[in-house]
Amino acid sequence: MIRLTDVVKEYPNGTHALNGLSLEIQDGEFVFLVGPSGSGKSTVIKLLIGEVEPTEGRVMVNGFSLRNIQEWQIPYMRRTVGVIFQDFRLIEHKTVYDNMVFAMRAVGAGPREIKKRVPYCLNLVGLEDKSRQLPSELSGGEQQRVAIARALLNNPSTIIADEPTGNLDPARSLEIMRLLERINALGTTVLVVTHEKDLVNRFDKRVVKLNQGKVVADGKGYSGRKAQ
Amino acid sequence: MRGRNLFYFAREGAYNMFSHGFMSFAAVGITVACLLIMGTFTMVAININAMMEDLENQNQMLAFVEMGMSEEEARGLESQLLQVPNVSGVTFISNAQAAEEFRDRYENEELYTGIPDSNYRHRYAINLKDIGRIAETKAALDAIPGIEDVRAAEAEAQGFITIRNVAGVVCVVLIAVLFVVSIFIIANTIKLTTFDRRDEIAIMKMVGATNGFIRWPFVFEGLLLGLFSAVIGFFLQWGLYEAIARSVATNDTINFISVVPFAGLWHYVAGIFAAAGMVIGVGGSLSAIRRFLQV
Ligand SMILES: Nc1ncnc2c1ncn2[C@@H]1O[C@H](COP(=O)(O)OP(=O)(O)OP(=O)(O)O)[C@@H](O)[C@H]1O
Ligand SMILES: [Mg+2]
Repeated sequence: MIRLTDVVKEYPNGTHALNGLSLEIQDGEFVFLVGPSGSGKSTVIKLLIGEVEPTEGRVMVNGFSLRNIQEWQIPYMRRTVGVIFQDFRLIEHKTVYDNMVFAMRAVGAGPREIKKRVPYCLNLVGLEDKSRQLPSELSGGEQQRVAIARALLNNPSTIIADEPTGNLDPARSLEIMRLLERINALGTTVLVVTHEKDLVNRFDKRVVKLNQGKVVADGKGYSGRKAQ
Repeated sequence: MRGRNLFYFAREGAYNMFSHGFMSFAAVGITVACLLIMGTFTMVAININAMMEDLENQNQMLAFVEMGMSEEEARGLESQLLQVPNVSGVTFISNAQAAEEFRDRYENEELYTGIPDSNYRHRYAINLKDIGRIAETKAALDAIPGIEDVRAAEAEAQGFITIRNVAGVVCVVLIAVLFVVSIFIIANTIKLTTFDRRDEIAIMKMVGATNGFIRWPFVFEGLLLGLFSAVIGFFLQWGLYEAIARSVATNDTINFISVVPFAGLWHYVAGIFAAAGMVIGVGGSLSAIRRFLQV
C-alpha cells in the first residue's frame, strides 16, 4: 500500500513542488497520476522510490516509512517497487537477456533463479524471441517492454511508471498501457504518471489529478470528481 | 559475501580495470614508482641498520684499571663491570698483552718498543648493546672504584646515529607523501570508471542493489591495481637492488660496505609491497566511491 499524508516537498533551491499532498493507493489498484507540467508528478515518484526525502508529512510504501527509514533499508524498500521511466534506462552494450541478468544479479539472485525468472518475464511482455538482441536493435515500444520486464523481475508488489509512453507513438502507447493493465490484473499495484488525456480516457481507471503540488481531483476517468 | 558474488565482483573489477587501459597503466606506473622509492629507502635503512649493528659489535670502549693494581685485583673488577647497564660483554687484557700488541703494531719504532710492561695498565675491552647510550655508559664505568679512565669513540658513534635518525625521518615523510599521491591517482582512475558506469550504477540503485554490492567491483578494481603494482614493483626492486649491490661491490672506494643480500630481504619486500599495494588500492577506491554512493 502507498500512503502520502500532508506531504510538503521543498527543493533546496526553494521551489515548493508539493504543498500538503495526501494520497492513498490500495494494494491491487491501477491509478493514473495526471496534471500539468510542473504540478509535482515526478516529485511524487521520486518520493516513493526514496530518491528525495519529504520536507514535511509522511510517506509510506509497502510497509516502509520513508521519513525515518534507515539508509541501509532503502534498497530493500526499492525491491518492492518496480520503476519504469520514459527513457527506458537499458544498458546499451548488453543484450536484452543480459540486461535482465544484470538487474537480478544486482539484488543477489542466483543463477538458478535467474534462469527461471528472466524467460518468464520476457514471455510476459512478449519478447522471448528478442532476448539476444541489443536495445538499439529494438523499437521504442519493445525497449519499454524490456524495461517493464526488468521492473517485474524481482516480483515487486508495486509498479511505478513515470511517463512510460512519453517517447512512443499512440499505437505503441496503447500497447504499453494494455500490458500494464494485464500486469495489474495479475495482482500488482500500478501507478502510472502520464499527461496523455486520450490514452487515459480509453481506460476506466482511477485518475488522480495534481495541480501546484496538491490533489485537485480523484476519481474514475480524466474529469473525475473533485477532491474534497 | 557469497562465493558467486566474490567471483562476480572480481570479474567486474578486472573488466573495469582493462576498460581504462591507459588510466590503469598510469595508475600502476605511479604506484610502482612510489613502491620503488619506498622500497629503496627501506632497504637503505635496513643496510644502515646492519652496518650499525656491525659497528656495535665491533664497538669497544677501553676501561683502564688504576696504575699499579695487580692482575688479580684487576680481574676481580669484571663482575662489577658486567653489572653496568648496556654492557654486553667484557674482555680482560693484561698489561703484558697490551704491551705485546703495541709492540707488534709499532714494530719498527724504537721509541715505543722499549717501554717495559709495567708502564702499561691492565684494561678491559667493553662491548656495548647500544652505542646510542655511549656517554651514560661511560659515566657509569668511570664511577666504578679501580677504573681510572674510559675511552670511547663517541664522536664516530654519534655520526652514525645522526645518519640513522635523519634517514628514518626522511623515509617516513617520503613514504607518507608517496602513499597519499598513489591513493589520489588510484582514486582518480576509479572515479573515471564510476563515471563511465554511472548509468549502470543508477540502474542498480533503482532495482534495489545495496550500496555494498555496488561498491565491491570498484574495491576489487583498486585492489587489483594495487596488487599489480606490487608484483611489478617487486621484480623491478629486485633488479635495482642487485644492480646497486653489484656496483657497490665493484667500486673501490665504497666496497668496504657489505650489502645485505636480496635473498635475505625478499620476503620483507614482498610483504611490504603487497600490504602497501592493497592499502593504496583499497584506500584509493574507497575515497573515490565514498561520496557518489549517497542515496
Ligand atoms: N531537483 C529539483 N530542484 C529544484 N526544483 C525542482 C527539482 N525537480 C523538480 N523541481 C521543481 O518542482 C516542481 C515540480 O516538478 P516535477 O518534476 O515534479 O513536475 P512534473 O509534474 O513531473 O512535470 P512534468 O509533467 O513536466 O514532468 C517544478 O516546479 C520543478 O521545477
Ligand atoms: Mg515529470
